[in-house]
Amino acid sequence: MSNTQAVIAPVHKTMVVDCSPERAFEVFTRELGTWWPLGSHSIGGEKITEVVFEEHVGGRIFERHDDGGEGDWGRVLAWEPPTRFVMTWHPGHDPLQATELEVRFAPADEGTRVDLEHRGWEILAERAQEARSGYDTGWGDVLGHYTRQLGG
Amino acid sequence: MDALGDATRREIMERLRSGPRPVGELAAELPVSRPAVSQHLRVLKEAGLVAERKDGTRRIYGVEPQAIADLRAYFDSFWEQALAGFKAAAESERRKT
Repeated sequence: MSNTQAVIAPVHKTMVVDCSPERAFEVFTRELGTWWPLGSHSIGGEKITEVVFEEHVGGRIFERHDDGGEGDWGRVLAWEPPTRFVMTWHPGHDPLQATELEVRFAPADEGTRVDLEHRGWEILAERAQEARSGYDTGWGDVLGHYTRQLGG
Repeated sequence: MDALGDATRREIMERLRSGPRPVGELAAELPVSRPAVSQHLRVLKEAGLVAERKDGTRRIYGVEPQAIADLRAYFDSFWEQALAGFKAAAESERRKT
């Protein structure tokens, strides 16, 4: 593990999909909006017209809304098609509260092995501490914010 | 203040991951004074990262995993659900071509 400061275990998911790494990478990024549960897990919900994944380091991942608005999900930190990408993850809230998402794609016997790691939860504890000392809010608010924005 | 933005506090959290410990024991293992360890524990407690309980005259500190654990668990189940959709999309495209 690269981050020796991590104190909270990352969320890790792994699966094999029956297609090439190139295709899996493309579906996960460029075509994100076709499979993502936007109705229940998004900022704009029914207002969303598309999800844009800017395919370069520094690129934005965001929703476009039918009223002209946008909703940021994060920014690309590493872009290495068809092997992996890394992005910050902060749908609907302050980039300072961003966690980090890495998805890796590797050839496997039955197609492509996809490894997803969602990490960096420590930052939320730090920001919760700031929020608490600032306006006497705390974890309830941070959690509520996440689950509200993502419709959980 | 960043609760985990300090090397000693991260070190304390690492040590507490294996189980609750009294202040004195932590202080004996760390290159800082006992009052300093107590101060770091207070910051961690205010951030909701550690919890304190009394055992006789001693105070035992342990990781308070609930808050972040709740959020982490939420995403653990969320990704399970989202990836099922991803798998279906990736594989249906393959069948088309």
